[in-house]
Amino acid sequence: MATERDRAQSGRATREAAASRAAIAVRPEEFHSGSGKREKVFEMKGVRVDYSGVAAVKDISMDIHRNDVTALIGPSGCGKSTLLRCLNRMNDLIPAAEVHGQLLYHGEDLYGPDVDPVQARKLIGMVFQKPNPFPKSIFDNVAFGPRILGRKADLDATVEEALRSAALWEEVKDRLEDNAFGLSGGQQQRLCIARCIAVQPDTILMDEPCSALDPISTGKIEDLMIELKEQFSIVIVTHNMQQAARVSDRTAFLMVELDADEQSRWGRLVEYDETEKIFTNPSDRRTEDYVSGKVG
Amino acid sequence: MAGLGAAAPRNRLATAGARATTRAMLRDQPRGDVIRNTAFAGLLLLAILIALAGLMALLIQAFAKGSSALSLDLFTNPPSTAFPEKAGFRTAILGSLELIAGVILFVIPVGIGAALYLEEYADKTRWWNRLIEVNIQNLAAVPSIIYGILGLAFLVRGPFDLGFILAAGSLTLALLVLPMVIIAAREAIRAVPDSIRQGSLALGATKWQTIRRQVLPASVPGIATGVILAVSRALGETAPLLLVGATVFVTFDPTPFSPDGYSAMPVQIFNYAVRPQEEFQALAAAGIIVMLAVLLAMNSFAIWLRNRYEQRW
Repeated sequence: MATERDRAQSGRATREAAASRAAIAVRPEEFHSGSGKREKVFEMKGVRVDYSGVAAVKDISMDIHRNDVTALIGPSGCGKSTLLRCLNRMNDLIPAAEVHGQLLYHGEDLYGPDVDPVQARKLIGMVFQKPNPFPKSIFDNVAFGPRILGRKADLDATVEEALRSAALWEEVKDRLEDNAFGLSGGQQQRLCIARCIAVQPDTILMDEPCSALDPISTGKIEDLMIELKEQFSIVIVTHNMQQAARVSDRTAFLMVELDADEQSRWGRLVEYDETEKIFTNPSDRRTEDYVSGKVG
Repeated sequence: MAGLGAAAPRNRLATAGARATTRAMLRDQPRGDVIRNTAFAGLLLLAILIALAGLMALLIQAFAKGSSALSLDLFTNPPSTAFPEKAGFRTAILGSLELIAGVILFVIPVGIGAALYLEEYADKTRWWNRLIEVNIQNLAAVPSIIYGILGLAFLVRGPFDLGFILAAGSLTLALLVLPMVIIAAREAIRAVPDSIRQGSLALGATKWQTIRRQVLPASVPGIATGVILAVSRALGETAPLLLVGATVFVTFDPTPFSPDGYSAMPVQIFNYAVRPQEEFQALAAAGIIVMLAVLLAMNSFAIWLRNRYEQRW
């Protein structure tokens, strides 16, 4: 009843529009009311990322839970990808980037002095915006991770299992020695997911994994994400709000903030909550405007 | 219905008129356009003819003079100043082969290493790295005789004091073509998209594993093309070799470290060409044909390699 009253107060029409645009599938069994108690994969407190001394995102404080799909949404330039790349230390590859604040991974400081970013990336895999298969055979693409980790025993089984997990095995089992470039865009992206799974990470980060794909391939990858969260924790950056609504358990909305003289801009976390709430009953006016399509 | 029937002939007339106008427009090309187009195409053709004329003149002259001297003896007989009918290029061919073998052994590791450093490790915001880059570009344009002097001063004499041996000639040629190899290898390495490096690093590969297993294999065709082109340049070089001890007349098979002297194809051709006797002239021409055939084969192989293994990202 309280919900009903809230809705009436802050504009029912807007809310309904938002709900229909976002095409929310209500899954009560997956509605984690007590997620505050659940195991945390990442804990961020006051995280700030600077590029050459200029802040790209500021004051990010949020916890990411185990076996959730967590979506980062927001307009272009709000720092979603920057934030995502902090989580597996890919920002280390940009010499000008600096990460400040506290970022814990399973309780350990991810940016601690004795943490090796290479080891961190073995645990925290990443799938990129554009499918980026290696110019090798399908088999060698998936086997690359296990090979560099020295896990060469039962390579065939590892590759098969990873391809099955990525829902690609049936399509490629007869042509494992073919070049990966011969696959379609959607298959290439699932190959990249399989490649990531083969390393047996604990978390998979996905940076707009469907933005280069058609709706059918996108649907397959979304189904895959829902399956994969049984084994992995997934963090996904997406421009597609319907996608966030369809696949994620929790959603973080980031926005671009300008300083007074509009000289510098940075991304800031506006709201972070259960996906259902973000899309049906957000607490912040700006989130509501964004998810209802009034801005952005 | 009646109205439509009356309008039909007028419509037909209008259609016919429109068609005539279209036809006239389509065919009415301004006269000036035709002349300008033809003149411009003619100029371009002239440019290509000038470029080809020199090469054709050389080829025709070489074939006219040298075809009579072409035989297998050319490859098997050592040179001779007394008996032109028995003289060949055996020692010069062996000398050239050993020279380029040395060049390949030197430029592949050093060239790829330098290119990898510049592309993958060097911080391009640092002035010394930019200085190195500019210098390598410059070195590629330094005349080959300068490298001959360098080889003489530093390798044959001076700090290394190798003497007039084939290995010193080989090293001199390697230094000469090294900038070419570095530039070609850098381009091949740069052509590997960053998404491949990131994909590899995101799987927990180290930088070296990424370079060794992703970047290098993907850039091998480009690097090989550059190496072949560099080697064919080295094969044709004469000037620096004359300074570092390639002698014009060697009757025994050369070895890399023997101080007895060595020769090379272009040097031997030069030796025969400056002799007054007609027979030696023919021999030089035959040598030119052999050289051209080898160079053409190598360059064709480089082009084939590039087209065959070119990776489209």
